[in-house]
Amino acid sequence: MSAPVVEVTDLHVSFPAVEAVRGVSLAVYPGECVAIVGESGSGKSVTARTLLGLTGEEATVTAGRLAIEGVDAASFSERQWRSIRGRRVGYVLQDALVSLDSLRPVGKEIAETLKLHRAVPRHEIPRKVIDLLTEVGVPEPEARARQYPHELSGGLRQRALIASAIACGPKLLIADEPTTALDVTVQAQILRLLAERKRAGQALLLISHDLAVVAKLADRILVMKDGVVVEDGTASQVLGAPEHPYTKALLAAIPEPSTRAPRAGEVVIRADGLVKTFGKRTAVDDVSFELRAGQTLGVVGESGSGKTTTARLVLGLLQPDRGSVEIDGLPWTGLSRERQRELRRHIQVIYQDPLSSFDPRFSVRRILDEALEVGGEPRKTRLKRAVELLEQVGLDDSVLERRPLKLSGGQRQRVAIARALAPRPRVIVCDEPVSALDVSIQAQVLDLLVGLQAELGVAYLFISHHLGVVHHVSDHVLVLKDGQVVESGAANQVLTAPSAAYTQELLAAVPRLDTNVSLARRAS
Amino acid sequence: MIRRILTRLATSVLVLWGAVTVSFTALHLTPGNVVDVLIGSNIVTPEVRAQIIRDYGLDEPLLTQYATYLGRVLRGDLGQSYQLHESVATAIGAQIGPSLQLAGASLLVAIVVSTTLAILTARRKPWIRGLSSSLELIGVSIPTFWTAILLLTVFSFQLGWFPAVGAEGLAGLVLPVIAVALPITTMLTQMMREGLELTLEQPFVLTARTRGMSDLGVRLRHALRHVLIPTVTLIGWLVGLTVGAMVAVEQIFSRQGIGQLTLAAVGGKDLPVVMGVVLLTAVLYVVVNIVIDLLYLLIDPRLRSAS
Repeated sequence: MSAPVVEVTDLHVSFPAVEAVRGVSLAVYPGECVAIVGESGSGKSVTARTLLGLTGEEATVTAGRLAIEGVDAASFSERQWRSIRGRRVGYVLQDALVSLDSLRPVGKEIAETLKLHRAVPRHEIPRKVIDLLTEVGVPEPEARARQYPHELSGGLRQRALIASAIACGPKLLIADEPTTALDVTVQAQILRLLAERKRAGQALLLISHDLAVVAKLADRILVMKDGVVVEDGTASQVLGAPEHPYTKALLAAIPEPSTRAPRAGEVVIRADGLVKTFGKRTAVDDVSFELRAGQTLGVVGESGSGKTTTARLVLGLLQPDRGSVEIDGLPWTGLSRERQRELRRHIQVIYQDPLSSFDPRFSVRRILDEALEVGGEPRKTRLKRAVELLEQVGLDDSVLERRPLKLSGGQRQRVAIARALAPRPRVIVCDEPVSALDVSIQAQVLDLLVGLQAELGVAYLFISHHLGVVHHVSDHVLVLKDGQVVESGAANQVLTAPSAAYTQELLAAVPRLDTNVSLARRAS
Repeated sequence: MIRRILTRLATSVLVLWGAVTVSFTALHLTPGNVVDVLIGSNIVTPEVRAQIIRDYGLDEPLLTQYATYLGRVLRGDLGQSYQLHESVATAIGAQIGPSLQLAGASLLVAIVVSTTLAILTARRKPWIRGLSSSLELIGVSIPTFWTAILLLTVFSFQLGWFPAVGAEGLAGLVLPVIAVALPITTMLTQMMREGLELTLEQPFVLTARTRGMSDLGVRLRHALRHVLIPTVTLIGWLVGLTVGAMVAVEQIFSRQGIGQLTLAAVGGKDLPVVMGVVLLTAVLYVVVNIVIDLLYLLIDPRLRSAS
């Protein structure tokens, strides 16, 4: 085998408050993909940034060996590092909307790498930019190069970002969560593009929190936890026969299809022929469904499919142009605000990012107190109820006086659930409730939701772009595309044997572990 | 985009019309005979009195007077100053040059200095930021007239480096510009540094660094433009502040200018000149705001596609 593009042994990175990376060793060879998998705070991104000398001024980096294309980089000056960045090592960040400069056309962003390293003569830069965009599969590259990030779709933006990273033909490409913000079908396209790069001999270092995403691409997987590599092996070893309990836990946390039998309750929400247009765009086009007590209806679709608009219509935050919503057999659409307010406690909501739906100055106690007051709980018993609610969501009264900022992401979402439960609602609308959470926390929160439903008989309208998550919790599924229902039915039916072409396409795009891995997981 | 600009122009006309109406109303609400108000503390011949009544149409109904006044302002005739014995337009025209010179130079110095300071101090070691921000606090807190007197005492009277009086040449401009620019610079620096620090946290800054761009390069090529929108907004506000500061500074440095003219007019109850200055300020305000709106579109492509 040829020499490694990058080689690190015994890497330590420490910041004033914390030692973020402790003794990591890795090597990436040409045409090979190495993946570092771990949750937030595991040190995976810090490790990746060390390979560019971008850990920041406050970091202390030591390594037994740190070599890029065989050159010792341990004592590089800032100037030497700058000549490496973009030319020898390319870096792709997640979410290209914020990773590209929003005030410049994407063509200029790509040209920047070329200009900085004088990779091609000045007059050839425009042509080279077009070539690069073509190479990463951007259609109509001339027009796209002149457009700004907000004018492009998420997939095209991510491709443009990759084009800027590979502009000078770096031997190593680091992709830090390259598909995290993308819809499944777009994610599959980006992973395919990265696979093509790998086949062309590019060394790839993939950073992700999601084992399923790296499974397709990685030859070698390193699992990191608290700055330490807990497992290191070939992809089939790590996914098929994991040794470390943490790897096993990560694999087990990937949501699996539920095998629950639908229980029949009375209809709590009936939506009939909902239509909502914004200007010329029809966001929701003739959507109907029923949701029964104690059941979960999963709403699936990509961004712009009308999921969130549907949720807002059901919540009564938007008025439909046509159609109606009934709650408990009572009309809900078109009621006066006063009348809606009386019924509102029957329907609650949990958002993706609870932090922005909490007043940052409120303590947990006050957040719950307010929700209980709205639910008509007498003042005397509110504190007792608040503690009960916290116990129901797996927290204790020690968090009562804390503010949302001082809680972890998982704890915050638990508080959000407690708040939603406070007025004893019939229905909770869950809008991407676990999308911002690490996988193991995600699994815990999903289990909590399922448990609460069994206990309290509450119904969920569960909105997510993540098909695995939806399959894990839903009894029925509604698949939306461009505001229309393309398929609906029992979750197992729709998500294992879909009849609509679009659903099939969505399912095919989901990154999966292969069968023997699933078997190993079940055994563990 | 065209529609947006047209709307903008239409509202600007509305603002100017409002300013004309307010100054007309002020003229008629001032206690005493309108002719006496216009003449101020001067003594004039009966012929001049008759001329004023004819010019302003004071023997006509109020509505006709208003229409006459509007028509004259539209033609650029701001009336006659009976104290200066010249037309208001001539008086303002003679004084506006030195004022524009001072205001323009002050804004330019403020923008250049604050941009440089903000770029050099944003996200630097705590003591650099601390030093810069305490100096800025002092700069914002000192009243302009006091800065002006201090500069005059030290650099003109004691050291004799700059002339104490007059607006001739570059040397005469240095101290007044420092006095006017100081509070503007400090306010702009504070805001721009804060904006830069927020921008430098953005992921696209990291992306630019991973392409091999230097820290300074990122600040100049990427981050600065993101700070321009709030900066331009603040500069629009500060133009008003500058006009106020000039009244004191022109007086202290005995410079010619609109500030001096206004002060004399207010002191001598020369209402035609006061009204002329009010209209001029309104025009300035409208022009600055139109320029700012166009700059927004130039800076941020997202605003272009939204309109």
